[in-house]
Amino acid sequence: MSQTASQPNRLAQGGQVDRTQALTFTFNGHTYTGHPGDTLASALLANGVDLVNRSFKYSRPRGIVASGAEEPNAVVQLGATEATQVPNVRATQQALYDGLVARSTNGWPDAQRDIMRWIGKLGSPFMPPGFYYKTFMAPASMWMTYEKFIRKTAGLGRSPTQSDPDIYDHMHRHCDMLIVGAGPAGLSAALTAARAGARVILADEQEAMGGSLLDTRETLDDQPAAQWLKTTLAALAEHDNVTLLPRTTAHGYHDHHFVTLHERRTEHLGDSAPSKAGYRQPRSRLHRVRAGQVILATGAHERPLVYANNDVPGNLLAGAVSTYIRRYGVVPGEKMVLSTSNDHAYRAALDWQEAGREVVAIVDARTAPQGDLVAQAKAAGIRVITGSAVLEAKGAQRVSAARVAAIDVDAFRVTGKVETLECDTIASSGGYSPVIHLASHTGARPVWSDAIIGFVPSTVAGVAASGGARGVYPLDEVLADGVEAGVNAATALGFDVTVDDADLPQVASRHEGPVCALFQVPHEKATLRAPKQFVDLQNDVTASAIEVATLEGFESIEHVKRYTAMGFGTDQGKLGNINGMAVTARCLGQSIPETGTTVFRPNYTPVTFGAVVGRHCRELFDPERYTPMQAWHVARGAEFEDVGQWKRPWYYPRKRADGGLESIGEAVARECRAVREGVGILDASTLGKIDIQGPDAREFLGRIYTNKWQKLAPGRVRYGLMCGDDGMVMDDGTTSCLAENHFLMTTTTGNAAPVLEWLELWHQTEWPELDVYFNSVTDHWATMTVTGPEARKLLTDLTDIDLDREAFKFMDWREGHVAGVPARVFRISFTGELAFEINVQAHYAMHVWEALFARGEAFDLTPYGTETMHVLRAEKGFIIVGQDTDGSVTPEDLGMHWAIGYDKPFPWVGKRALTRADTRREGRKQLVGLKPKDASVVLEEGAQIVFEPNHAIPMPMVGHVTSSYYSPTLESGFALAVVKGGHQRMGESVYLPMVDGRVHEAEIVSTQFVDPKGERQHV
Amino acid sequence: MFHIYCPYCEELREEEEFHPKGQAHIARPEEPDTCSDEEWGDYLFFRDNPRGIHHEMWLHAVGCRKFFNITRNTVSYEILETYKMGEQPTITAEHLAREEKNAREEKTNNAQVAEGGQQTVGASDAAVASVKGAQA
Repeated sequence: MSQTASQPNRLAQGGQVDRTQALTFTFNGHTYTGHPGDTLASALLANGVDLVNRSFKYSRPRGIVASGAEEPNAVVQLGATEATQVPNVRATQQALYDGLVARSTNGWPDAQRDIMRWIGKLGSPFMPPGFYYKTFMAPASMWMTYEKFIRKTAGLGRSPTQSDPDIYDHMHRHCDMLIVGAGPAGLSAALTAARAGARVILADEQEAMGGSLLDTRETLDDQPAAQWLKTTLAALAEHDNVTLLPRTTAHGYHDHHFVTLHERRTEHLGDSAPSKAGYRQPRSRLHRVRAGQVILATGAHERPLVYANNDVPGNLLAGAVSTYIRRYGVVPGEKMVLSTSNDHAYRAALDWQEAGREVVAIVDARTAPQGDLVAQAKAAGIRVITGSAVLEAKGAQRVSAARVAAIDVDAFRVTGKVETLECDTIASSGGYSPVIHLASHTGARPVWSDAIIGFVPSTVAGVAASGGARGVYPLDEVLADGVEAGVNAATALGFDVTVDDADLPQVASRHEGPVCALFQVPHEKATLRAPKQFVDLQNDVTASAIEVATLEGFESIEHVKRYTAMGFGTDQGKLGNINGMAVTARCLGQSIPETGTTVFRPNYTPVTFGAVVGRHCRELFDPERYTPMQAWHVARGAEFEDVGQWKRPWYYPRKRADGGLESIGEAVARECRAVREGVGILDASTLGKIDIQGPDAREFLGRIYTNKWQKLAPGRVRYGLMCGDDGMVMDDGTTSCLAENHFLMTTTTGNAAPVLEWLELWHQTEWPELDVYFNSVTDHWATMTVTGPEARKLLTDLTDIDLDREAFKFMDWREGHVAGVPARVFRISFTGELAFEINVQAHYAMHVWEALFARGEAFDLTPYGTETMHVLRAEKGFIIVGQDTDGSVTPEDLGMHWAIGYDKPFPWVGKRALTRADTRREGRKQLVGLKPKDASVVLEEGAQIVFEPNHAIPMPMVGHVTSSYYSPTLESGFALAVVKGGHQRMGESVYLPMVDGRVHEAEIVSTQFVDPKGERQHV
Repeated sequence: MFHIYCPYCEELREEEEFHPKGQAHIARPEEPDTCSDEEWGDYLFFRDNPRGIHHEMWLHAVGCRKFFNITRNTVSYEILETYKMGEQPTITAEHLAREEKNAREEKTNNAQVAEGGQQTVGASDAAVASVKGAQA
């Protein structure tokens, strides 16, 4: 047939691929064909591609070893275009589609002609474990340079440099039972639970559900396994309470049965998700599942044997050989030698022979194997060599022969004469390791089982492993185990379950002989001198490297792992960890359980960032909060500043006479002058507002603020300072008395939510007897600050409130109308000028704002942003909590003695700490003003302050600049700073040595630079 | 991600709805003005870091806005109970130790009758299970 001609290893029949359709794909620049149903790996093998990668450290040629998630070598860079690049895809898990483009991940310039090979060959004796650490440690400054080189030569895949065209979804799901793995155990568990009425999610990572049933030799009810599989999947699909998720990997098991599933929706269809009905489909979905009970039917991974040159292309897992033949109709060679420690692997030889290729020999480490499959192999005329193993593979780019000899497993030595068997394929099996990754994610330590020679999950409430995942391997037992898991989980959920034994399919019981515990095969030479025996193929960790690590004193498996890099990379030790532990145990002369196991962490297989991020990217990455006047600010060309999640106008650049746009300095200077000389307006809607009501509201305020609240009458406003119980300032703002039992508290923009939580904390935990209620009203009210000498004139015609300076004093508030809508107007000032803060309900805000501007035209009403607000407030010495304070500053340090009510009757929050020795001591850093000697200098915020500029380095640092600006009013730079003992040092000079060598001199002055007597705000 | 039972809403909700607020049952000294600096320092800064049973305060921040307490195992992350502010935990480290001791004694008694027998389940697990059963 023509297909088989172009695909030399493709069988004419068999497997579940559709030979009537050809798919074209490209690997490392060469074009090949495959069929629907292929993975990239099976298609490569069908085309006889032996070499798929170069190894990480030694740059040795590598071929495909496995058929699933455990594949260490066939890790490729996928993507036909730059935008659709996906790194580190296991070829064994990637469905083939027409037009697929993939490259080897390692190998520079490419896997076929690899420069590093020569370095690897020459250098390998000089590349011991810890090579990179030891060689590239010094000098430390060169590490960045080394790293680039190491990355290029040895690194894994690369990320795309263009924006991903695809979209990704997140879904939240709840179910009674989540079953991971749709092999025989998972399917029978799902069927049992579904019939009991439980809501079931069944997820399976492969392209098709069925697990081992997809390639088993067994029959169920005297039919091929595929028949039972088809019937069962159809039966499950009929249940409304069952959700089937194929192509879905459970990659993380988190707390309280929260499991994340990565469903690949379209990755089997193309580079980028195709459209459906005009809409782009999501490339993948991340399901966030909260399950009542979880059954882990994740099966087992076969362990390869560790022998010399076991990494040459042509060395495969026995089970993978069977899978490629039976599922994909691909025989990856001509002449095979099988090296095994168990019966189960014999099926690889039987499958190979039935495919019409030659089985040279089965080499069995056991002296007297006697299971049914052994008998079957002998009956088929296959030569079985007992008590022996493959010691070494020969060949460079492909296996050419196997060196076989009798061995003594317990004594770890070769006992017989070496026979060389010509072959191009060596399949090996050292038994099976249950896939315990997800169970490990729960934090439960796996337990070693001598019976199955592997780790099994320990018990966690609500989680059960079933089938191969807990070391149950014979098919009839696996099916029964799945039913039992389903029954147990359903019963725990409160479902009434009845099981009819007749529901279980009939499987011929098969006798299997005991397994022999063989991990590393002895060689005639000692491990340190033998050709490389690879334990971890992806990270190039050899048995000898582990032995060296133990000789160098590494005894903990966690240290051996980190020293040798065993179990890192995309496969995370799926193939090599147990063998590595066995080698470590042998070197240390202890058992495997004594050596321990490393803990697996999420994720089971790599998950793309796209899937993790979902729709939470770009403008949806973090919510943006807008005030009701946002559209106006945008239309006026405002530049914005992020304050928490808020977008606040930063400044409003105008066109200059020359047509250009004002710089921030020019705009701020203009805005500052407008406020000091005319009138300006600020959108202050983002300030936190908390409505406080209740008979004990006043008492509560007295306990939470440092100052007094007993006498604040309705209609009055007071500035309040809030401390933690450690006495440090945590927030400030004004609180207005709306009525006897009703107050409105304002907080800093960024602290609105934390302050509300703070009030609730004290109320609910310490003072539940107080009758008081809190409600956030930040978004309900918009705030416009009209400030400047002309503010009153501007407002007069717009409001029914009497604005007379005697009728409406500074620190009063009044209720009335502004621009015809209900308003609260507060005579408070953050600029030091005459100011009215107008609060209206948010949906009236734009109307009022525009009315103010209509009236303001006559006064050249100037909108100003946060930058101007900062300059104006700093000129007045008004602090910003979090900028001028940092959690180590008391009210006393700020010079705000006037805001501390030491004689209040209740021990208010923060009071006790203000009498501690440390908060009372001399020499605390105190807030002061700084006036640079050179008026043109604007000190750097954060700059360190010293008293002695000529002191030897390190100079004693005595404080730092907290706020610094240029003041158009003062025509000078000025700053706020904290300085040790600053309040006692007025008029003294301090120095600020800068990185560039300049040293600025500044004078300590009062924090009030403009209008120190505060007369302007009272006019 | 935790699944937390809010004792006020009386429902299991996702951890995203809650804020952790540190160790529970930290009482503010009754008379701050007269307590010693050490007492005040202990109240402000010193917290337990136990392996095992830990009582924590949480806030149902985007739910009912109520503070409440959680008894959590810091090893297994299992939440053993949640209870309202002002209430006391029914599961404590002392309680579990007592249960474990009782279970051990019972085991010893049984062992004397049955001439040995292997303990396969951690006694503390059994104790937790019995307490949880009583709660449910």
